[in-house]
Amino acid sequence: MNPLASIGATFLAFLAGTGRLVLFAALGLASCVTPPWQFRNIGRQIIDIGYYSLPVVGLTAIFTGMVLALQSYTGFSRFEAEGAIAGIVVLSVTRELGPVLAGLMVAGRVGAAMAAEIGTMRVTEQIDALMTLQASPRRYLVAPRLIAATLTLPVLVLVADIIGVMGGYLVSIHKLGFNPSVYLANTIDILEPIDVISGLVKAAVFGFLVALTGCYHGWHSRRGAQGVGQATTLAVVSGSILILTFNYVVTEIFFSR
Amino acid sequence: MNQPMIRVRDLRKSFPARRVLDGVSFDVSQGEAFVIIGGSGSGKSVTLKCILGLMKPDAGEIMIDGMAIRPADTGLMARFGMLFQGGALFDSLAVWENVAFRQIHTGAMTRREARDSACETLGLVGLGEDVADLLPAELSGGMMKRVALARAISTRPDIVFLDEPTTGLDPIMADVINDLIVQVSRRLGITTISITHDMASARKIADRIAMLHDGRLVWQGSAADIDRSGSDHVDQFINGRAEGPISMSVLRP
Repeated sequence: MNPLASIGATFLAFLAGTGRLVLFAALGLASCVTPPWQFRNIGRQIIDIGYYSLPVVGLTAIFTGMVLALQSYTGFSRFEAEGAIAGIVVLSVTRELGPVLAGLMVAGRVGAAMAAEIGTMRVTEQIDALMTLQASPRRYLVAPRLIAATLTLPVLVLVADIIGVMGGYLVSIHKLGFNPSVYLANTIDILEPIDVISGLVKAAVFGFLVALTGCYHGWHSRRGAQGVGQATTLAVVSGSILILTFNYVVTEIFFSR
Repeated sequence: MNQPMIRVRDLRKSFPARRVLDGVSFDVSQGEAFVIIGGSGSGKSVTLKCILGLMKPDAGEIMIDGMAIRPADTGLMARFGMLFQGGALFDSLAVWENVAFRQIHTGAMTRREARDSACETLGLVGLGEDVADLLPAELSGGMMKRVALARAISTRPDIVFLDEPTTGLDPIMADVINDLIVQVSRRLGITTISITHDMASARKIADRIAMLHDGRLVWQGSAADIDRSGSDHVDQFINGRAEGPISMSVLRP
């Protein structure tokens, strides 16, 4: 095959896929903002996405904060700038690492589960069954997941921020010998509301993206175990890439001067 | 002449790789049990999905009580019940929630009323209240089919579609399900359209049978006449012969 034709075909397939995803997102959003809302399903998803993701997000956050303090100390001590470590830890965690790592962990745990669940429902005709039972599959399956993930991820990230900063604090105090009250004062002094708010906005965007890619790939899953497996993989990969892409976009919106 | 309840005319549907329906036409009267038989890939499921509005035909006309159907018409769906081949029960919901899904979802009943209604419907298919709180994964194949049938009839619809109702069941359980379908549809006065390749099932539940082959109906008539249909396709199919006008794409040794 002509290499140029191959590149062109790949590019066209990418554009078509992007168009389908945007259309799916638009229809999903329309289901989110118009009644009737599936409050029971939204509640179930909030517990599944939020409560059950707490251990994995918490563990990720605490070790990230700890490593950040340790690594910052290794570098900053060369310039006798150890006093900046508290600020580095809190800004890195609230602005970037909290939302991005929580988003990636949730993409792995929740996005994959959504794709597998909806994909299985697709191949076992449960989605067709919903339609025959007068239920809109978008309203019943997609909208609750989009709403729950968008609302829940900021709460998870807030918890991750606190745990991450605490991880940095523990290492700085107990291993590196910092003064606890000075460390806390440095942390509070440098932190501004925009640092936390930008992280929480990112988290809401990432939550929406994780649910969107999970639902989209499950919805378009092909038949059989292989089809569902592929949908799961695609959900995690595309969710992670979108998180990293939109992390830059949101950062640019908040902090470009 | 009375207007048929379901009227299908010149239904056509193609997929990129092949043509599945090539001008299918039939009528089904109110209260009639109509069965479409045919081999795998003959277009039976596509026919059913087109009538249900789950799939858009390329051409043709489908009318219910003289009204043309529109895809995903929720008003029309209220008149339909559907038993899917694999049951298609919702894994995360208890049996009673599956059976009463439509009543709960549309707000027609409170959850307490819906549970009572579901238990009553489960009784119609020979299941006790003890299964109401089980999850679908805890049911045997036969029980799953009964629950799926209960869900299909739970709102006492006018028309019930049955997709391979006995697939995956042992012969005795298949006969039990066939008996249930006949009993329940007669008792509730339901019109049924079934698709199957199980001839024992077709003979038991059908008033009228049609045979689909290569996207066309090659024969239709009374269930009692199927053994003297005069169609080579039907004879080969009902007798399960490898030789005949229906050629299967398999490699010969």
